[in-house]
Amino acid sequence: MESILTVEQLSVSFTRYSRGLARTELSAVRDLSLTVEPGRVTALVGESGSGKSLLAHAILHLLPRNAQVSGTLLYDGAPLTRDRAETLRGREIALIPQGVTWLDPMMKVGPQVRRGRVDAASRARCREVLDRYGLGPQVEELYPFELSGGMARRVLIACAVMERPRLIVADEPTPGLDVRTAKRILGHFRELAEEGAGVLFITHDLELALTVAHKLVVLYEGQTVEELSPTRFRAGEGLAHPYTRALWHAIPENNFL
Amino acid sequence: MLHRLQFTAKKLVRMALLLLGVSLTAFLLMDASPLDPLQTNVGQAALGAMSPDQVAKLEDYWGVNTPAAERYLGWLSSALRGDLGTSLLYRRPVLEVVGQRLGSSLWLLLFAWAASGALGLAFGLIAGTHRGRWPDRLIRGFCLTLSSTPSFWLALLLLMVFAVWLEVLPIGLSVPIGAAAESVTLAQRLRHALLPALTLSVTGLSNIALHTREKVADVLDSDYILFARARGEGHILRRHVLRNVALPALTLQFASIGEIIGGSVLVEQVFSYPGLGQAAVSAGLGGDMPLLLGITVATAALVFGGNLAADLLYGVIDPRIRRGAART
Repeated sequence: MESILTVEQLSVSFTRYSRGLARTELSAVRDLSLTVEPGRVTALVGESGSGKSLLAHAILHLLPRNAQVSGTLLYDGAPLTRDRAETLRGREIALIPQGVTWLDPMMKVGPQVRRGRVDAASRARCREVLDRYGLGPQVEELYPFELSGGMARRVLIACAVMERPRLIVADEPTPGLDVRTAKRILGHFRELAEEGAGVLFITHDLELALTVAHKLVVLYEGQTVEELSPTRFRAGEGLAHPYTRALWHAIPENNFL
Repeated sequence: MLHRLQFTAKKLVRMALLLLGVSLTAFLLMDASPLDPLQTNVGQAALGAMSPDQVAKLEDYWGVNTPAAERYLGWLSSALRGDLGTSLLYRRPVLEVVGQRLGSSLWLLLFAWAASGALGLAFGLIAGTHRGRWPDRLIRGFCLTLSSTPSFWLALLLLMVFAVWLEVLPIGLSVPIGAAAESVTLAQRLRHALLPALTLSVTGLSNIALHTREKVADVLDSDYILFARARGEGHILRRHVLRNVALPALTLQFASIGEIIGGSVLVEQVFSYPGLGQAAVSAGLGGDMPLLLGITVATAALVFGGNLAADLLYGVIDPRIRRGAART
């Protein structure tokens, strides 16, 4: 299958000034490779600090100025340059961020989902996507601080699907949610994939990833160490890297050693 | 609504206590002042030429022989009945003097207040959005220089440049010398108010600009700005930054009333501008207790009113307070 996003040997490092003018290079992501196919959920699993979020920011070209990026980013077969990312983001590529702090605290939900547009078509589309996630018209009049954790996540998903994106990058969208709500949110990702979008689901929660993903990519210390299907992972087959084996053993039913 | 009434009532009680404290402190300071009101106001030579009878009468007039507690309580009880007494220097009711002086200071204060707020906000926005680049460094340098410059020194500098060297603006007073009150035009008044107002606005400006800059920087580093960029939003400055900076800016603006009034005392003195600030100086130096207490209480009330207005506006504008408080 033709992939919508291809990441090859991506590396991200930061330049810092330590002690006077001595510069140090801090390498955060080294050699990260993965592909995202339309209609499928690709889960990138790694522990905190393994550079997961940097990938999301690199795809959208949102990294801070002092970051150096090398490697290849292909979107829909063509290089994803800064200019291209700037025209695509919010239209074809959508980010689903972590939580309520990503919403402007001083703006009501409705205008935020609509990105300030007031035409009838935008209003109708906004109503449609909010309805889809079980958020009634009264939610449009709420401020972010009045939303529960689960509602905020659904509002963020609604923001992402306003424009019918082809690639959805979900960066740790579930922390702080109870398992039922989290599974429900993940169900929405699966739905979006079934409608044809490519979904990149970035998480530290292996079990949640296993429930939703078509493909599992394991990130360890800034590099991808394994790519396999959830069924193979569950069966414990073909786990080449020691870290992946450790992850497998950490799951309770595999009587950890 | 009820919580807001309660809030206002609490604030008003606090205001009464504040005014009591301020008037008492001002009284005690004045009472401890080594200046002899007779010598300052009548003059050493004139005093020497007077008979003991006349001196005793004058001492009675300036209240030299009345015990301090009696004088303060006397002032307080009539003040509570709405009578702030008679100014010893101007021989007119304190309320009248304060009203007239405040009237001529008001435009000065208002202009300085509005200008420092508007310019401070603009400078803060420019610096905050250009963090680390030359506009930011320029504005920060300018603000730090200004805030470490005493306002009276700046006033003297402006006088030297505009009134002495360039001779484009008057050296002092609020109207041309020797002109009849009826013949003074608005343009003339404005010309006289320009330099003092400028000096005064500069005192509040750097504080507002630097605080706004920090807030803009915080907002620009926030997750929601990153998300707005991730969604390809335009007009981020207007839609998100201004909206989130407006509230703290408003608080700063109202809190700066105190600074502006405090600054006006020195600035009016330098420019010989006959406003409230100048009256405060002459009342303090001349031992005019009723007038000084009247001015202190009036300005304390103004400053408190400014802070109260900011608190109340916050409750109206900030949805987190408006809706949050309405729920509980």
